[in-house]
Amino acid sequence: MIVDVIISICLVVGGIFGIVGSYGLIKLQDTMQRLHAPTKATTLGVGGVLVASMLYFLFKEDTYTFHELLISAFLFLTAPITAHFMAKTHIRMRELRGTLPETQRKHGWSLYDTPPEMLTDPPADEVKSLESR
Amino acid sequence: MITYALMFAFGCFGLGLLANLWRIIRGPGRADRILALDTMVINSIALIILYGIWQGTAVYYEASMLVAMVGFVSTVAYCRFVLRGDIIE
Repeated sequence: MIVDVIISICLVVGGIFGIVGSYGLIKLQDTMQRLHAPTKATTLGVGGVLVASMLYFLFKEDTYTFHELLISAFLFLTAPITAHFMAKTHIRMRELRGTLPETQRKHGWSLYDTPPEMLTDPPADEVKSLESR
Repeated sequence: MITYALMFAFGCFGLGLLANLWRIIRGPGRADRILALDTMVINSIALIILYGIWQGTAVYYEASMLVAMVGFVSTVAYCRFVLRGDIIE
């Protein structure tokens, strides 16, 4: 009985987060705002459904699997990467070179300027010693 | 009780799929459409897992895992194509 209540709460919370994420995709005004809703809320909703599935098969069917944790870990890993790629796509489609602010670094925006030499970033104290030289 | 919670979750994710479809049709930019497609993939993963609970079989894990991987790769490939005009340089 307690297990039923816990599984039902997980399912309902997951469903609510899923609908909030998808409704935010309609409701919010700007593309950069719209990036927030699906990448966070929907991922959490799927996580709730996966936890409910794991509990269900553990207590009702007596089979214990880690597959759901694998799926949720994969989703949590890939959601920021896709969000970053979509932000870059939006900048590429909508903004021009002149409307972007300066980067305050030696190199400009990676979308428009040629990349610097392929150096790995040195640690901060090493940069200071290089600059003082 | 689990049956009613499952029905509620099915309804939520189904409505979410409709919302994503509206954004795909309406969306002003390419980034919006890619975002809506990615959200559609995540919602369909949730629907597959819910169907697995409904049927009481463990067959659908592999299907949802495959859909998750294919969705991620296709989103990144589409963004890459819009950004650079090529997927693998």
